[in-house]
Amino acid sequence: MSSDFTLTSDTSRKVKDQLARYSVTTGGLLVLVALLLIFFYLLYVVEPIFHPAEVKAKDQFTLPQTANTLAIGMEEQTEIGYAFSDDIAVTFFNLRHIEQTSQTPGKVLHQQQFEHSGELSSFAQSSSVQRLFAYGFDNGEVLIVRPQFAVSFPNDIRQLVPEINFVAGEQAIEIDSEGEALSQLAIEKSSDTIAIAAHTADGRLLISHLLGEENFMTDEIEWSAQTAEIDDAPEQIDTLKISSNLAYLFLQSGNQLYIYNIRDIDEVELTQQMAVNAQDANVTTMNLLSGGSSVMVGNDNGVISQWFEIRADGGRTFVNAREFKSGHAIEQIVPEFYRKSFFTVSKNGHLGIYFTTSDATLFDEKLKSKSISHIAIAPRSNAALVQTAEGMQLYEVKNEHPEVTWKALWQEVWYEGYPEPSYTWQSTSADDDFESKFSLVPIAFGTIKAAFYAMLFAVPIALASAIYTAYFMSSGLRKTVKPTIEIMEALPTVILGFLAGLWLAPIIEDNLPGIVLLLIVLPVTIITTAFAWHKAPKQWRQKIPEGWDSIVLIPIILFVSYLAFSFSNELEILLFDGNTRGFLTNELGISFDQRNSLVVGIAMGFAVIPTIFSIAEDAIFSVPKHLSNGSLALGATSWQTLVRVVLLTASPGIFSAVMMGLGRAVGETMIVLMATGNTPIMDWNIFEGMRTLSANIAVEMPESEVGSSHYRILFLAAFVLFIFTFMFNTVAEFVRQRLREKYSSL
Amino acid sequence: MKNWFKSGSPWIWMTAGAVSISLISVLGLLLMIAWKGLIYFWPSSIYEFEIHQPGIGNSTLIGEIYDKESIPSKRLTDQGIILTEHTGEFVTRYLIKTGNREFVDLDFRWVLETNILSRTEPAELALFERSKNGNFYGYVESVNEDGNPVKGDKNAALARLIDRSSELADDALSLQNSEIGSINYELERQRLAQRALVLQGNLTDDKIAQFKQSKLTLQQEYQVFEDELFGIRKQARRDHVVVRDMRGEMVKLPLNQVLDVTFPNDMNIFNKMAHFVKQLYKFISDDPREANTEGGVFPAIFGTVFMVMLMAVIVTPFGVVAAIYLHEYAKKGPVTKMLRIAVINLAGVPSIVYGVFGLGFFVYILGGSIDSLFYPEALPGPTFGTPGVLWSAITLAILTLPVVIVSTEEGLSRIPSTVRQGSLALGATKAETLWRIVIPMASPAIMTGLILAVARAAGEVAPLMLVGVVKSAPMLPLDGNFPFFHLERKFMHLGFHIYDVGFQSPNVEAARPLVFATAFLLVTVIIGLNITAIGIRNHLREKFRSLEH
Repeated sequence: MSSDFTLTSDTSRKVKDQLARYSVTTGGLLVLVALLLIFFYLLYVVEPIFHPAEVKAKDQFTLPQTANTLAIGMEEQTEIGYAFSDDIAVTFFNLRHIEQTSQTPGKVLHQQQFEHSGELSSFAQSSSVQRLFAYGFDNGEVLIVRPQFAVSFPNDIRQLVPEINFVAGEQAIEIDSEGEALSQLAIEKSSDTIAIAAHTADGRLLISHLLGEENFMTDEIEWSAQTAEIDDAPEQIDTLKISSNLAYLFLQSGNQLYIYNIRDIDEVELTQQMAVNAQDANVTTMNLLSGGSSVMVGNDNGVISQWFEIRADGGRTFVNAREFKSGHAIEQIVPEFYRKSFFTVSKNGHLGIYFTTSDATLFDEKLKSKSISHIAIAPRSNAALVQTAEGMQLYEVKNEHPEVTWKALWQEVWYEGYPEPSYTWQSTSADDDFESKFSLVPIAFGTIKAAFYAMLFAVPIALASAIYTAYFMSSGLRKTVKPTIEIMEALPTVILGFLAGLWLAPIIEDNLPGIVLLLIVLPVTIITTAFAWHKAPKQWRQKIPEGWDSIVLIPIILFVSYLAFSFSNELEILLFDGNTRGFLTNELGISFDQRNSLVVGIAMGFAVIPTIFSIAEDAIFSVPKHLSNGSLALGATSWQTLVRVVLLTASPGIFSAVMMGLGRAVGETMIVLMATGNTPIMDWNIFEGMRTLSANIAVEMPESEVGSSHYRILFLAAFVLFIFTFMFNTVAEFVRQRLREKYSSL
Repeated sequence: MKNWFKSGSPWIWMTAGAVSISLISVLGLLLMIAWKGLIYFWPSSIYEFEIHQPGIGNSTLIGEIYDKESIPSKRLTDQGIILTEHTGEFVTRYLIKTGNREFVDLDFRWVLETNILSRTEPAELALFERSKNGNFYGYVESVNEDGNPVKGDKNAALARLIDRSSELADDALSLQNSEIGSINYELERQRLAQRALVLQGNLTDDKIAQFKQSKLTLQQEYQVFEDELFGIRKQARRDHVVVRDMRGEMVKLPLNQVLDVTFPNDMNIFNKMAHFVKQLYKFISDDPREANTEGGVFPAIFGTVFMVMLMAVIVTPFGVVAAIYLHEYAKKGPVTKMLRIAVINLAGVPSIVYGVFGLGFFVYILGGSIDSLFYPEALPGPTFGTPGVLWSAITLAILTLPVVIVSTEEGLSRIPSTVRQGSLALGATKAETLWRIVIPMASPAIMTGLILAVARAAGEVAPLMLVGVVKSAPMLPLDGNFPFFHLERKFMHLGFHIYDVGFQSPNVEAARPLVFATAFLLVTVIIGLNITAIGIRNHLREKFRSLEH
């Protein structure tokens, strides 16, 4: 290009010139910046999901109380904690230093003694979400309390006021009519029903539903227990738990786990009894994971096993799905509120954090204090409160994305209630404690499947068209044909998707035999036409100039297609008894979706054809003419010249055309979104749909919560797409540049 | 034969066949979209069928023939449909659009040809276009003006009264949109201003009184307009028409719900043509009705054009500067090579990735910062921190940047270097040469790039779904309220309209012709833009070719 010199000596003009140079350079480099920005921003959003969990010690304090603690907990903002003690009282205290109210940690905010007539004999805690605590007394009564926090905003400062809600009345409720002491207790609530399981001192196992009835005279709700006894209960009971839907009672007795179906308390039955201890170990503790469908069992050799119910051949059974190894005898297992994480406390003061779905050991370290007597997890899982011999210690827990690990994303995972490990993508559900299934495998597979069928359709047609247009077509015709095919690239993909989904899909469904027939008949017709043309009288052939073959073929192809479609119905009756879909599904066992891979292949193939065609045509056309002329002069036929000389020389260009096409097919969104059912299945069946990475983003991104694991995984999907296409495009571009240099040297 | 195969001629024909298939598909596709899109506006005949259904009995059906297909009788009997005895292997069935949505279970019905006893086209059959519940078909029995039946030519009276009611409807709409709309806008602005003062701690009693006063005035004005609006609406409800539908029942249609009445069976070809043009115009200029499945697409056209123009304003300077740098300033080296790869990749990155990036970076980060800096009074309600037309335009600007760069660079490379050298030799600096000589000469190429970018952006939907497009926007991004351009607003888009109506609407069958019409509109615009761009480019090539010699 022109050199940088100037003839002028006017400084202001020179300054302007320099200024222009700098600003243009900056502007030019902005393109690079834009690409890098996209790359790094995607990475920046994705990166936190690979952070390990962090536990940081915060405030430490002691409470001025003498009684023994039974359970501790804290509210959502991690400002206030509470402790239930064996003097039948609760203490609310400050957890953190809060500037606005100048509160110090450990300051007691509220203390409350509960009325009771018996002596304490047992204590139970419901699932963390329900936040119910129950005192069991030696006269067979139970008192249920629930800590609550009222929020108010005096002077625009948020203030929390702790209080106790007597869920089933301020008076203790009689569970055992015989008045025996309750030595073990379990409590759970689902919608309006509270279920209590109790083991009495004389060895009976009771199950009750608490019912509240409004008294018409006083307008107060009076609570009464409807109790049933379970026969043949084991004598020794170590742990009792009720599932959160009140369907099962889990009873741990030594190494045995008993599972009772308590859906109907008058017909309680033992559904399963099994040994749940790890090999060469004894069970130490048992708890339920959030959602209440998984049982976590801790052993004295440090193994924690997860058990959940699956549908097997002989009905439903609980199986051991996975095990974690901590190496230290497990004392307590505490689940999180909503996620499938749980904390473990070991004898020597080890704290472990695990996530079941992703099989992840997130944290396993010894805390400062040797003995941990109680631990509570914050509702938002961002803090843990630990009671040790030295007092209370608040820990900040950073564990935002435990559900994402390499294994959870790319390997088979055994989800709760699934009969076996599988690749599943199911990101959201109505429930809070839903187990998210974030396997990228089915959608990555869907992307490849869609791209594969599209390329299967597009590559032969695009390349063959490129060959003919560049090498055989008369130049006058080429001038119109090339832009005509290329203009297809400008066609919005939303229109292709709409046509594929609403027009092509029903046509294919109705005329499936015709489509198959067309695939067979079309090549035959073309060759027959060619032969007929070859044999045709010379005068006829001379009427049409050379290189117009494709125009000659147009009416013939149209006619044959029309015939194939009109015979479709007859063929259907002849071969498939008039119902092709039925035949496919019933006789061949191939399931058929209306919006399937065939439709996507054709529609997306359509979108890709112009890309491949355009680049490949350019590559073939720019093969230097003296190469092909040389070959022809040596006696090769034009087909031989094409295959042995032209295509060989242009092969890098053709390769880069295919790469570009693949890049486009992989990232295409609207067509797959509209022309498939968007079901994330893994099957190569051409008559079934798929869900691709891009469609998945388009469907789920608008409803994903900013900063959640789901949001970041969708960014990861975008990042994967970015990297894929970046590789395809860069390779293609390199090859093209080298080819260009080669041609210019020829 | 063997020799013929050896010569490779069959394979050449096969490649020729591939070209034919490509051509057939391109042209076929465009023709089909055009046909299906345009036929939507053509008035089709309304038929009255006498139908006998085995096991159910005889009934009358009035409607348009919507679709027709021939299927094996076996498939129907498999589905448990009873056919009349003498049915062959195939049976033809019609999909009939019966309208009258509130009185029938399904406004589309498949009818077997064998079940049709008779088919007539009575000239008196009327088609009512309604603002609610879709079309209504039936015979006009009487027209009721202000409580009294009209005597004389009832069709003329009907046309007159419909004109009157639609004028009233227009009045009401304009009152609602401009006067009442601007009062609402002003009220909201005052609320925010007051909140801003609270946040700054500058809210004195004086100002509170001021706000109260102006709020009161606005509310009084509002009351006046509202009364006027109710008055107009009451006026519009005055008349009704009694129609006999296919069940033989008399149905009273209030005229404020009737948009138009036509007698398609009574039209000659010129009437039909006039009606076609009128429908086409209404499609382009009207607002959508019935969850976008009826009416026009004006807001979508407006939104698309507005967003695309905004994008053009953003993308042009960057694209042109980048192209000038690449072609005029950049030296051969690794940086330039990387830059070229960056351009290629920007063109190849899937558009949905841009959407994701735009949502995260522009909307949440940039928009969020703008909100906390400039619009704290509206928080926690987002102003710019939510998808909107500005972010869509910027996102698409990045997406279309390579198009402008490639096109401009091609234009620059066609300008003979002698032209530049001449300018430099006459003492101009490089910047001056660029500004005075090169860029003006390259301007058609820049234009080409811009047109191509606009065409690309107009058809792009996937990223917009994340950064600002909505199925129905209550307000256009441009209106009479200060500051007139509302870049934070969400907008409607033709491409998204197609996706939404075709795939998200409850009654896809009814909406399908409208989707074809929208698709036709979009394709026309985009292909038109592309052909223009190609035209300009070819013209440019010719021009510079002559310059070189």
